[in-house]
Amino acid sequence: MQKRLLLDGQLLQITIQRLCQHLIENHNDFSSTVILGLQPRGVFLANRIQKVIQELEGCHVDIGYLDTTFHRDDFRRRVVPKKASETRVPFLIEDKDVILVDDVLFTGRSVRAAMDAMISFGRPKKVELLVLIDRLYTRQLPIEANYVGKQVNTLASQYVEVGLKEQSGDDSIWLMNIEVE
Amino acid sequence: MNQLIKNNLLGIKELSLQEIDLIFETADYFKDVINRSIKRVPSLRDITIANIFFENSTRTKLSFELAEKRLSADVINFSSSSSSVKKGETLIDTVNNILSMKVDMIVIRHSSPGAPHFLAKHIDSKIVNAGDGTHEHPTQALLDAYSIRERLGYIEGKKVVIIGDILHSRVAISNIFALQKLGAEVMVCGPATLIPKYIRTLGVKVELDIKKALNWCDAANILRIQLERQRMPYFPSLREYTLYYGVNEEIVKELDKEIIILHPGPINRGIEITSRVADADNALILDQVENGVAIRMAVLYLLASK
Repeated sequence: MQKRLLLDGQLLQITIQRLCQHLIENHNDFSSTVILGLQPRGVFLANRIQKVIQELEGCHVDIGYLDTTFHRDDFRRRVVPKKASETRVPFLIEDKDVILVDDVLFTGRSVRAAMDAMISFGRPKKVELLVLIDRLYTRQLPIEANYVGKQVNTLASQYVEVGLKEQSGDDSIWLMNIEVE
Repeated sequence: MNQLIKNNLLGIKELSLQEIDLIFETADYFKDVINRSIKRVPSLRDITIANIFFENSTRTKLSFELAEKRLSADVINFSSSSSSVKKGETLIDTVNNILSMKVDMIVIRHSSPGAPHFLAKHIDSKIVNAGDGTHEHPTQALLDAYSIRERLGYIEGKKVVIIGDILHSRVAISNIFALQKLGAEVMVCGPATLIPKYIRTLGVKVELDIKKALNWCDAANILRIQLERQRMPYFPSLREYTLYYGVNEEIVKELDKEIIILHPGPINRGIEITSRVADADNALILDQVENGVAIRMAVLYLLASK
């Protein structure tokens, strides 16, 4: 199988640091900003971002987890349905700045579902999107990210495999070709 | 496991332990959803569900309807008392007519045991059994077991007694199947005339003395006396039934340990259970109603995703 390394452990760390600096620049002390990680891998990223910002700024950052399973528009169109994961939003997002965090931005459909799910917890003042990998020219909806780790040109026959320490024991993000048999 | 094996939920008997666990896990998420300020998710937005009730029901019908609406499904209701069934239409014809209106799922309650199974053989639609005569009531058993699990932490190894009219109770049969699959020990207790002879073949204990039964158990599920199904007198009087099998505060206080009390409703206060027992902290009766919506959302969601 052909594959190309997009980010290794060290680069990922640098990327997250850069994204955090960018977030601090725009959100100051995070007093009216909350972070929502999208299940499953956006949650790990959101946790790391929270940790880095809290270390850099010495302030508290509210963080929640959002599961979009029940809000997806491809329900019943999948061969195997997605299994739900935990949604935990232990604060009100009414009038807050919300930063949605996900690993890969592809068609934009999960982000649409996430915004739908998010609205159940109130009306935010502003919503931004942070993604680690932005796949260019693949969008099926008019959705773009405000903060991007790395932009990559990909083919429809490729996919991005995200390995994170919390799940697979080591950080590495690959661009893979789907094998045709 | 990510989905149910069958297209229908006809009874607990056909469910595997893994499927029950999947339903419980999914219900956990839905319980979270129905406790938010916005209690609705758009999952079943493009699905139409018909609730066909050939027998009276308050709780189950409302619970199913609410579950469907919380999932954003379109809902139509049918009750036999105000329908053409009275004019002589058969069950299959009635249901096929409803299905012609492009309905995706059917929730059915019927007084004849096996009616949903019969329908499942003859029509091509997803069917949920909401109680068929004296046979099964799968969603009730699921929510009972779910409520026990929620309060006690787990079910495996727990002792559960079902008290009352076992002979006419679909709740009892479904509960026995569900609890045994989840690893609980099950006992039934009631007047000898209301305990069917075959019940021992299901591997349950039989106890005629309510004090012994309550002392043995961790959880007691108390059933209503179903006078409407009883075609002959099974005991001299309701008063005598209450005297021997009514659960009151004195009996519960005398026990060596604290037990939890369940009741599928409707409650006949002062007959099978006194108000003090039904309204005590260790009674899960209202939790059961809340969990009923979450469990039914899980079942409908999992079936719709097939």
